[in-house]
Amino acid sequence: MEKPKKIVQAREISVSEFFEKNRHLLGYDNKIKALLMVVKEGCDNSLDATEEARILPDIYVKIEELEKERYKIVVRDNGPGISKKQIPKIFGKLLYGSKFHKLKQSRGQQGLGISVGVLYSQLTSGHATEIVSSTGDGKTHHYRLKIDVKRNEPKIEESAVDNGKEWHGVQVSFICEGLYREHKQSVLEYLKQTAISNPYANITFDSPTGRMEFRRGVEELPKEPKEIKPHLYGVEVGILSRMLHETKARTILTFLTSEFTRIGRLTGSEIIKKAGITYYNEKAGKEEPGFNISPRKVTDEQVANLIKAVKEVKLTRPPTDCLSPLGEDLIEKGLKKELNPEFVAAISRPPAVYRGWPFQIEVGIAYGGSIEGPKIMRLANRVPLLYQAGDCAITKSIQAIDWRRYGIESDKLPTAPVVIMIHMASVWVPFTSESKESIASYPIIIKEIKLALQECARKLSLYLSGMRKAQWQAERKSIFERYADETANAIHELTGKPADAIKENILKIVEKNIKKIELLEKREEALKNTEAQKPNGAAAEVKEETAEAGEEPPEEKAEASKKEVKENA
Amino acid sequence: MPEKKPKGDSRETEKKLVNLGNEVAEQINKLKNPDVTIPVRALSNIFFDEKSGLVKLGQKVSHRTYMNVAHTRKFMQSLMVAAECKKIMNQGVSTSIRDLYYALKRTIPGTQENTVEDQSESDPVIEDLEATLNTLREKLHLKADRKGYVVGPIVIRDTGDRIDCSKMGSSGWAIPSNVEEEMIKFEKCTADFILVVEKDAIWQRLNEDKFWKKHNCLILTGKGQPARGCRRLINRLHKELKLPVYVCCDADGWGMYIYSVIKQGSINLSFLSDRLGTPAAKYIGLTTQDVEKFNIPKNVTIKLNKGDIKRVNEMLKYVWFKPKEWQEELKNMLQVGYKLELEALSAKGIKFISETYLPQKIQEKDFLP
Repeated sequence: MEKPKKIVQAREISVSEFFEKNRHLLGYDNKIKALLMVVKEGCDNSLDATEEARILPDIYVKIEELEKERYKIVVRDNGPGISKKQIPKIFGKLLYGSKFHKLKQSRGQQGLGISVGVLYSQLTSGHATEIVSSTGDGKTHHYRLKIDVKRNEPKIEESAVDNGKEWHGVQVSFICEGLYREHKQSVLEYLKQTAISNPYANITFDSPTGRMEFRRGVEELPKEPKEIKPHLYGVEVGILSRMLHETKARTILTFLTSEFTRIGRLTGSEIIKKAGITYYNEKAGKEEPGFNISPRKVTDEQVANLIKAVKEVKLTRPPTDCLSPLGEDLIEKGLKKELNPEFVAAISRPPAVYRGWPFQIEVGIAYGGSIEGPKIMRLANRVPLLYQAGDCAITKSIQAIDWRRYGIESDKLPTAPVVIMIHMASVWVPFTSESKESIASYPIIIKEIKLALQECARKLSLYLSGMRKAQWQAERKSIFERYADETANAIHELTGKPADAIKENILKIVEKNIKKIELLEKREEALKNTEAQKPNGAAAEVKEETAEAGEEPPEEKAEASKKEVKENA
Repeated sequence: MPEKKPKGDSRETEKKLVNLGNEVAEQINKLKNPDVTIPVRALSNIFFDEKSGLVKLGQKVSHRTYMNVAHTRKFMQSLMVAAECKKIMNQGVSTSIRDLYYALKRTIPGTQENTVEDQSESDPVIEDLEATLNTLREKLHLKADRKGYVVGPIVIRDTGDRIDCSKMGSSGWAIPSNVEEEMIKFEKCTADFILVVEKDAIWQRLNEDKFWKKHNCLILTGKGQPARGCRRLINRLHKELKLPVYVCCDADGWGMYIYSVIKQGSINLSFLSDRLGTPAAKYIGLTTQDVEKFNIPKNVTIKLNKGDIKRVNEMLKYVWFKPKEWQEELKNMLQVGYKLELEALSAKGIKFISETYLPQKIQEKDFLP
């Protein structure tokens, strides 16, 4: 038999190959956005690294136009640096990361960010990415590398070591295609918002249009987040079976108690019993709970039963020290330093839990002053989200609030000169896509955001009503005085009495009565304040939200019910 | 124009104005917060006087005080209107309410605010002043735009000129804003009744057909909601010449309400009902019940809309629509779900209204109370 001329062969596709063809999935869908993505991945890594090493970040970003639509991007930090061995893997291999397996709040999650930048550069310019790093041991490592897309491995083009320079940090230079703009979804906007949400960082930006510096406004880092183990509520079948195979635990019970948070022997046993995992005890001649079965012997069916059982058991909520919120003070300082507003308020909600993942919502509101139009800043683990605002839980929550009730002009979204910053801190932020641009709408997340917004809006509303009152008092007096002239003239024409004397008396009456009115108002105010000073209950406690496992689908507000059915007359 | 001395009646009104000024001046002199008392002209302060059959103003008053931010501006305007009226009266002239608005309008020094922004601000102040002083706009030497026409066998003396309303061609005599006795006198009238029609178009139809000649009557229209001059004229014609008054309007909430204003007076001018209302007036038509009676084709009716239904439901509750004939008619309208315009009668022929409909109604005394 003759051999066919061509054999269609199926073969394995590497992640790098996959993303080579599907770069839009990671946010590289257009030239303007691509520049932003590269800068963002660089900065996110730099901020994560410096914070983890407890160093106040100094970040330098440069974008230089080499020729039309071709740019050189440099991101440099003063972080702890990367060891020689790690450099090629971190930059030259997709899905290589320190953060994916760790349950700790950080900007990066998947180990996809910076290496996709490297891939994007080599795809659009053919250039290797240049990495310079030192861990402070006097040695400076230079690398020029690309990614071997077929094998998803680094392809080092050049490497060298310098001696004698004492520094630590990383500098990455990319050459890639792009388009530099300064609109509201740009590198500049990203850095502006980053400066607000990371007020302890110094950021210097050499852009094609000149240098901009964002000075740090505080000298302290937020508290360091702790690493936690996963919580059983958030674990799915696939992950559970992988963990069962990788664990060092000898029995299924020790597996549950050692690999997960908040599972003691008692709860662990209960789950195993509920899952119906048993073995035949020959001595006793009957089936008994299989606490001691080896994790590797658990069948796929039993894994599924375990997941079901978890939902029936009441588990203690995960610990929340894995979260590192910004804190109300830092939010207010960040907003003040970059926006120069007339008023700021901030609220940090107590931690809450969605699907077993702890999270915390924070909101800051800045009003007036140098602020011109309304702006919404969405942040996830301190990273600004600039795209896909419409799909985001944050946008939906803002729209669900009746801002006018708080004296803030709005048309669904506020239209007043106000900047609203919403931060979600979590060990695992539920993004709607790999490009990490909008937060999924879990009801509990929307609820928390709304509560924080309302609390903040109340503070702003109090301020505004105070302002309006002062304005009103000034205006009121002028109203009484304004009409004195014409009133006096009219009385003169009716009675023949001298207008001047009448006017003088009217002004005396105004003076006398205004004092009376203001005194009355002060008394009323004092009365209100004493009433308001009632002790506030245990608000700072972690809220009890248990039945989280059986999560309802993300809430879609019944828009239809709002639509009025118009009658045909 | 020769300076006229205010006549007796004018002198009395002028005195009322001066008294108002003196009262306020007195309060200011004592450093008291000045205050003008004004009867409340709203639904909450009117009642239907069964005895006279008129809508009347109740006892509620509001205080317009200077030291109330919501009142200060109006307080000033009230006194300005009073002062301006006194000035006009002293000059022996009268002026339109629009003239008055312009006479009062000026910019308040140091602001961008005018003493009155537009006429809709000064008109209610005039009405307030009328109610406060218990006088008539006409007595303050103010007049409104003319509205309405009359035709028929009556001779009128209008500021000295003799006007024969049976010789007015196709246009009729335009009813002036002030029809008080010092302006208008009835010299001779042979008419048997007055027919008031809501619409000018119908008035023209009837005039063209010389309906007034055939039926020996006056025909009058107020062109929609009749102005005061028109209502006062009906009132005087009825009182002084003892003429029955029949009113003919569209068969809808608005038309029937126009009838009620002619008959009982309006809520807004309830303090003038004695002079403006004619309780003896009868409603000749149109009604929805006429549709069956006169075999009017259904296709000329108009479906009631939301606003119509709301209006009719409100009217069902007014005391002066309580007579059972009215309740029946209003309920019938809701039940059949349509209204109709006077013009709809033309579906039965152009002259149907003047040759069949009205004569039959009058002859059979088929009226609503």
